[in-house]
Amino acid sequence: MTQEIAVPARPEATPVSSPLSSHSERLASLYTAGPTAVSRDDGLILYRDMTLGRRFEDKCAEMYYRGKMFGFVHLYNGQEAVSTGVIKAMRAQHDWFCSTYRDHVHALSCGVPAREVMSELFGKATGCSKGRGGSMHLFSKEHHLLGGYAFIGEGIPVALGAAFTSRYKRDAMGDASSDSVTAAFFGDGTCNNGQFFECLNMAALWKLPILFVVENNKWAIGMAHDRATSDPEIWRKAAAFGMAGEEVDGMDVLAVRAAAQRAVERARAGEGPTLLECLTYRFRGHSLADPDELRSEAEKEFWAQRDPIKALAGHLTAHGLASAEELKAIEKEIDAEVADAVSFALAAPEPDPAELTRYIWAED
Amino acid sequence: MAETLLFNALRDAIDEEMAKDPTVCVFGEDVGQYGGSYKVTKDLYEKYGELRVLDTPIAENSFTGMAVGAAMTGLRPIVEGMNMGFLLLAFNQISNNMGMLRYTSGGNYTIPTVVRGPGGVGRQLGAEHSQRLEAYFHAVPGIKIVAVSTPTNAKGLMKAAIRDNNPVLFFEHVLLYNLSEEIPEGDYICALDQADVVREGNDVTILTYSRMRHHCIKAVQQLEAEGVDVELIDLISLKPFDMDTISRSIRKTHRVIVVEECMKTGGIGAELIALITEHCFDDLDARPLRLSSQDIPTPYNGALENLTIIQPSQIVDAARRLKAGTL
Repeated sequence: MTQEIAVPARPEATPVSSPLSSHSERLASLYTAGPTAVSRDDGLILYRDMTLGRRFEDKCAEMYYRGKMFGFVHLYNGQEAVSTGVIKAMRAQHDWFCSTYRDHVHALSCGVPAREVMSELFGKATGCSKGRGGSMHLFSKEHHLLGGYAFIGEGIPVALGAAFTSRYKRDAMGDASSDSVTAAFFGDGTCNNGQFFECLNMAALWKLPILFVVENNKWAIGMAHDRATSDPEIWRKAAAFGMAGEEVDGMDVLAVRAAAQRAVERARAGEGPTLLECLTYRFRGHSLADPDELRSEAEKEFWAQRDPIKALAGHLTAHGLASAEELKAIEKEIDAEVADAVSFALAAPEPDPAELTRYIWAED
Repeated sequence: MAETLLFNALRDAIDEEMAKDPTVCVFGEDVGQYGGSYKVTKDLYEKYGELRVLDTPIAENSFTGMAVGAAMTGLRPIVEGMNMGFLLLAFNQISNNMGMLRYTSGGNYTIPTVVRGPGGVGRQLGAEHSQRLEAYFHAVPGIKIVAVSTPTNAKGLMKAAIRDNNPVLFFEHVLLYNLSEEIPEGDYICALDQADVVREGNDVTILTYSRMRHHCIKAVQQLEAEGVDVELIDLISLKPFDMDTISRSIRKTHRVIVVEECMKTGGIGAELIALITEHCFDDLDARPLRLSSQDIPTPYNGALENLTIIQPSQIVDAARRLKAGTL
């Protein structure tokens, strides 16, 4: 009979991860990227825009489930501080904006009327893409919306082209007034795609006036960011290209706006691009077809506590910039605007079947 | 009239259009300081500067997408594929954004771009450098496809492509750059959508494009001696096809052969013969013929390579038998 030998207990396995790999830990460790002061007028513009984004998307969900819109619909709830913070730091109908399949709220922030966006989602002739594009392909040349691009990463080179034109008009065509800046929005999942790296390289190489705005919402459908990338801190990748990189609390519209203002100032001064990583979260599934089974309740609750619209409301009232009643009044106005967009879209004509092949060629 | 090499005809076209329109610019690998791999942009960098003749990193999909964005915001970029085969890497931007974006945007944007470069089978360049992407890109909506074959049409078509407000895929041929002929002086254009009737004839219509035009000319010379009167048509426009010119010819000859360098399956001839069957069925006295490359990756070995693509003797044989009714 052999004697049992006592084996020393093995130490608990420690998880192999960087101390900052968790999205929420990163958020907690951010230092305030001030100054984040805002005037009453600007504060109300931001509040109105974010509220419009939220209420519009809530209405989309309702209309989708009522069978008024079809296909894949990706809602922006929770990420409003990014769209509003960046786009309102730029010049409407002068600077250029490039979006993804999650593009409704970017379009609204650019100034595309809610009626035109809702009409497009209903597939109507009055839609901003004449019913040809749908939810993932909103375009408006009038509002300098380069479009919603539905394949991952394919909008970034297009945005780079708009930034190139800005520099080309100034330096190759002698137009000193050409100072437009382009913002390209995309998600954390895109930052593992070749077009992201190729365009960062070219933007830095040619000092193009562009903001690469990463809406890092932690999930690429069901792929957690930390499982998809070797270094979860996307903003650090800017250093490899010698460009400015910054991470910002993407649930704080004032912090996003301040970071965007710094980046826009650099871009207009000819100092080139910025990679801006906004730590944010989507409050709904990837699309309205997503069962959303992988994200934990605790995680969702953590981010729900950081609702960017409630945070801005708290800031405005705490600093005496607006009263709760005023904000309520804005919400009522927005609800009316969204309701009007729905009635307009419902009543709008379908595209003319005789025009099925129109818009293929430039002459038509 | 001046004796001009094909690559210089292209260069002159780009130079003249750049001089006239400051929004015309060139993007691509080695188009600037190096002057282009086939010297199509030679000296333009010195003349127009580094932004108008932009040397790009080797990132085909991204610089092609950049051209889309530049075109949407007011420029008229010409993208060079150093070898057209490399543009497989830009398939996404060419298809989704060059081809489809204007429609998807409901007419918000136009995409005036030219994507040009050497296509076709060269001399022992191996499979990857011997591709015929005109067939691969043929189904993409919203793009025009042309193939040039002589210094004269190279210059006139390049100028027309640059001025066109739609995306144009512009196929040159790696073995035709040193072709030389007298071309008209100064500014002229050739229509992007018109086939070129190279030789009129009454017995058999031969439809071809790019380098195969020259194989067909050799074959036609021999057929002429044998009393076979061929009508030879260079398609020029691969999308859309010039069905007016094609139908008119078939109404006269009642017999048609397509000679192409692309592979048979899913090739240009496949679509063309389907259209001929739809439009000209009652005019045909014999089944339409296709002479195409083998459905294989182009082999390196010279003898095998020659067996892969159509040779003039095969064209002679097919036309002879088609006329004699001995197919």
